[in-house]
Amino acid sequence: MSDLSKSERHVLAVLVDNEAGVLARVIGLFSGRGYNIESLTVAEVDAAEHMSRITVVTKATPAVVEQILAQLDRLVPVHKVVDLSVDDIPSVNREMALIKVASTGDKRVEALRLSEAFRARVIDTTHSSFVFEVTGTPEKIEAFINLMRPLGLVDVSRTGVVAIARGAEGM
Amino acid sequence: MSGQEMTGAQIVIRALLDHGVDTIFGYPGGAVLPIYDEIFKQEGIKHILVRHEQGAVHAAEGYARSTGKPGVVLVTSGPGATNAVTGLTDALMDSIPLICLTGQVPTHLIGSDAFQECDTVGITRPCTKHNWLVNSVDELTRVMHESFYVATNGRPGPVVVDIPKDVQFASGTYEGPANVVHKTYRPQIKGDASAITRAVELMAGAKKPIFYTGGGVINSGPNASLLLRQLAEMTGYPVTSTLMGLGAYPSHEDQWLGMLGMHGTYEANNAMHDCDVMICVGARFDDRVTGRLDAFSPNSKKIHIDIDPSSINKNVHVDVPIIGDCAHVLEDMIRIWKSKVAQPDKEALADWWRQIDTWRGRKSLAFKQDESGPIKPQQAIQRLYELTKDRETYITTEVGQHQMWAAQHYHFDEPNRWLTSGGLGTMGYGLPAAIGAQIAHPDALVIDIAGEASIQMCMQEMSTAIQFMLPVKIFILNNEYMGMVRQWQELLHGGRYSHSYSEALPDFVKLAEAYGGTGIRASKPEELDAKITEMLDAPGPVIFDCLVDPAENCYPMIPSGAPHNEMILGEDPNAPTVTEEGKMLV
Repeated sequence: MSDLSKSERHVLAVLVDNEAGVLARVIGLFSGRGYNIESLTVAEVDAAEHMSRITVVTKATPAVVEQILAQLDRLVPVHKVVDLSVDDIPSVNREMALIKVASTGDKRVEALRLSEAFRARVIDTTHSSFVFEVTGTPEKIEAFINLMRPLGLVDVSRTGVVAIARGAEGM
Repeated sequence: MSGQEMTGAQIVIRALLDHGVDTIFGYPGGAVLPIYDEIFKQEGIKHILVRHEQGAVHAAEGYARSTGKPGVVLVTSGPGATNAVTGLTDALMDSIPLICLTGQVPTHLIGSDAFQECDTVGITRPCTKHNWLVNSVDELTRVMHESFYVATNGRPGPVVVDIPKDVQFASGTYEGPANVVHKTYRPQIKGDASAITRAVELMAGAKKPIFYTGGGVINSGPNASLLLRQLAEMTGYPVTSTLMGLGAYPSHEDQWLGMLGMHGTYEANNAMHDCDVMICVGARFDDRVTGRLDAFSPNSKKIHIDIDPSSINKNVHVDVPIIGDCAHVLEDMIRIWKSKVAQPDKEALADWWRQIDTWRGRKSLAFKQDESGPIKPQQAIQRLYELTKDRETYITTEVGQHQMWAAQHYHFDEPNRWLTSGGLGTMGYGLPAAIGAQIAHPDALVIDIAGEASIQMCMQEMSTAIQFMLPVKIFILNNEYMGMVRQWQELLHGGRYSHSYSEALPDFVKLAEAYGGTGIRASKPEELDAKITEMLDAPGPVIFDCLVDPAENCYPMIPSGAPHNEMILGEDPNAPTVTEEGKMLV
């Protein structure tokens, strides 16, 4: 059994009606009730049905996570809420980042060499800079950013986590 | 079925009629003029003109709580909408079904800081169950029907429909409510049978059981109250209730322990603390009820019936959660109890009742009325109760000491008769709520038990009562203090009465007369009965200025941060005091 007083990271998938203000409802719920948001992504996933999928990463004790799920579920435009961080629902998490590194000489060569190790793609280049596109778990992206820091890191743009359950079942 | 062509404003009125609305509470303004024009042209809906939009919402709450039907509010954009916010929040906290229609500037002006523009859906998002901005007349019919569905189904609550002025003028198609199915919102009404069975087994094995009931029983409809009475009778278990649930179980029954919580009875709170099985029916373990959470009913198994899944395990961990509507779940409980031929443990129950009777023996609601005066506020409520209990009486209150005294000393035998602001604690609630209740029950006696401070927060609605000839009685327990603030300052802040004295009070008798009503003043215990009778005999609205002992405190009391079994029973020098931690609480 997990420690009930310890905060754990949870990835929640929320299927919502893509209507005006729905994101504000979700965000307002988190801020109004003092819940934590580590990342939040949203995009329409079914244009015909006007449905969007929100992925929220939060850190909370098990009791608070239970509250967050119940509070999200009772919002009127919410179709379904699933906690993708529980043992019985194995899931995959991915995040994408665009990372700008400006340097010349050895540092530039080192940045390019490391990017290959991380399977990052170069999507823009000048004589003194690269923009890398890197995809993976948040930890992998964090590691890559830390490696780039001494090599001329200029800018980071991250999507936040998206997640989906493993296996054949839909949400 | 093909729809009917009409304007947006006509769609609004037609939808209200189709949902059985007979009364709306409102205040006109620029952005709702087309709807007011349609109101002018019809007779099916009565419009009650209030004097402030907050009053409109509280009046609609009073209407809703006393009838079980949704209340309807109509206000204009900007200040009309922002003035409604307190009432909407009040209705959200107490789960009252309301449909609040707000005018909005025309769609092409939205976002331009136009005159009387505000982001109504943005402002009301956290204080409504749901809200809609109607961008086109094509959406209006669906949104109007959805608004009634959402407000009244599941855990009831207020909704806002924000309608831009051009949408009110535009012409569109109206179809009746039968064709609307909500896409996502389908609350669970029936409880899980296996959970109910487990609950019944726990109940049958209980040695020290208690029913802890709340506003959910009232909201579930009169049948839920009947079923609660039936289940209580079958089991013989004691019943207590939150402030919101008073009346669901009759106060004259022997099994009734009185209200629980911060100003609840000694027997109710001690029974909650010592019980071994708690059956919570439509209550939400609010902080006024639980006291110190880590010492709340430490040795009990807890059953929790609630229609809102987010109420489960929110403040208190429960052993058997049952999500569903109270009436449905109680009905199943009774059926399963009967089918199991369950029998309460008679011997244990007799011991439990003996224990409860020793707690009752403390007479925690006792007070001492000196014949020479001044009037004790509890005495005033008791006399009011004795002189009105045989009538069809609805009691509303403001917020503070008078509210708690009313809850303790006025007794309720029926649901929907007690209308008070519980969750939000809104001073100014009582008078407009009384107006709403009186509109719904024209022949009943409606009394707002008030304090001299609270009543001034929505005093202007006296004018509404006069205009519509509503004979509401405003019974002010005038102690010249914001009494509950003064009491806390006495207990927690060294008697430094910072800004809690009601300075520069109006002469309430003259004020009543200025509005066109009747003013009555009582200052001696021996004149109470005659003056109350005079109030009851007066045909129109009355302000009754009852001058009471300014120093009286509201007891019993669980001090902030204390558990149920550490109550202050009166002016006792050895009473438990508020801890430093408790002072942080409200």
